[in-house]
Amino acid sequence: MDVTVAPPLGMLAELTHRCPLHCPYCSNPVELTARADELTTGQWLDVLDAARDIGVLQVHLSGGEPLARPDLPELVTRAADLGCYVNLVTSGLGLTEERLADLTDRGLAHVQLSVQGPDAERANRIAGARAHEHKLAAAALVKEAGLPLTVNVVLHKANHDVGALIALAERMGADRLELANTQYYGWALRNRAALMPTPEQLAAAEPVVRAQARRLRGTMEIVYVVADYYEKYPKPCMYGWGARQLTVAPNGDVLPCPAASAIATLPVDNVKTRPLRDIWYDSESFNAYRGEEWMREPCRTCDRRSVDFGGCRCQAFQLLGDAAATDPVCSRSPDRGVVDLLLRSPGEQEEFVMRGPVAAR
Amino acid sequence: MSGKPRLRKGVRLSFDKTRDTHVLLFPEGVLVPNATAAAVLELCDGESTVDDIAAALGTRFRGVRAQDVTDVLTRLADRRVVEWT
Ligand SMILES: C[S@@+](CC[C@H](N)C(=O)[O-])C[C@H]1O[C@@H](n2cnc3c(N)ncnc32)[C@H](O)[C@@H]1O
Ligand code: SF4
Ligand code: SF4
Repeated sequence: MDVTVAPPLGMLAELTHRCPLHCPYCSNPVELTARADELTTGQWLDVLDAARDIGVLQVHLSGGEPLARPDLPELVTRAADLGCYVNLVTSGLGLTEERLADLTDRGLAHVQLSVQGPDAERANRIAGARAHEHKLAAAALVKEAGLPLTVNVVLHKANHDVGALIALAERMGADRLELANTQYYGWALRNRAALMPTPEQLAAAEPVVRAQARRLRGTMEIVYVVADYYEKYPKPCMYGWGARQLTVAPNGDVLPCPAASAIATLPVDNVKTRPLRDIWYDSESFNAYRGEEWMREPCRTCDRRSVDFGGCRCQAFQLLGDAAATDPVCSRSPDRGVVDLLLRSPGEQEEFVMRGPVAAR
Repeated sequence: MSGKPRLRKGVRLSFDKTRDTHVLLFPEGVLVPNATAAAVLELCDGESTVDDIAAALGTRFRGVRAQDVTDVLTRLADRRVVEWT
């Protein structure tokens, strides 16, 4: 293949799939890795070494709930000692003052905390647990520890109240707020009809976000992730397949994108059987959609192909059964009708199917 | 400018052996500063003024003016890498 492969910048380390919450929008796969199949501490330490060795500079410790792993402190130490920027992506449940002080001492650089809704009642209903108050407490701890805080809210029909969410994030003292419209992967796909925001909700949100972002410039940065089904062009997914980031799942599977286990046709390598360097540079999975060689029309000759890389491979597979197709969100895709149909008649579902543990095998 | 520049909270400067360059790390990504910017950033400790930084750089490079340092820092402040205290 005639693309020069750059070293990866970031690694999403999904330490476990175990999680105390039940978010209906959860993008983790429907079938979760069981505890017994999780990588051991030693294996994760090796993954961190190997990742730094091939150029990873940002380590996102996520899950599931990363705080559910008792060895989290050791992993933070290793990643920080290797010179990586260590980000903890957490629901906040299980974060205590002692644990945070310890993680901070060990070199944790940043915390990304999820919130489910603008008030306790709505948030707890979405989380399927009494979680909201814990999150407010967790945010206060992060601020006291002097760490930068990003609050992340996944937006959908039942919480699309960006004004109230921005106000909440301000009260929490967030340095950054990510308002991300739900991406339909994993468990979220099951709830698509109940989650899909209305065009009215989206139209109402955008001017609010714009005005508030202007007001808060310099205090709190707001990142708004659009609802791609409603867009004319797809998202620049992962900034290109196998271009910047890799994901290691709890069982050691290495994926070019966190959702890629959805692509049933993709051969997947595992850190237990193949060195990470080989996987990044030489594996079939990472090379499958790298660069532009794999593209067909209309992407192949499109003037936007270096802007959005043809969109999302997982979405193409999920909606069309063909991971090499143009993302059907694109208005230039011959299959855009599939997305339009979903928006016109999203289905009957009103109630969420709450996230539950479905262990693989 | 009379303030004392420092890296914003959450931004870290580090040297990357894989790429053989300084890198700026923050939650959203990685920036690769050029050699001049990296030299300035290494001296942004929240204690030194622009004149201090220019003087310190002057011992390593010839002809460093405070204005050059200010220009670099202004660009870095625009990109939310440094802040003034
Ligand atoms: C899968 S979670 C794991 C960490 C932790 N359990 C949490 O929820 O914060 C990682 C991040 O993805 C976000 N997320 C989950 N499902 C998503 C979806 N369908 N679309 C976009 N972001 C999603 C979460 O809000 C969180 O910030
Ligand atoms: S999105 Fe919700 S259910 Fe999924 S891992 Fe995070 S907290 Fe758990
Ligand atoms: S045709 Fe392909 S490259 Fe062009 S805008 Fe659509 S998805 Fe992007």
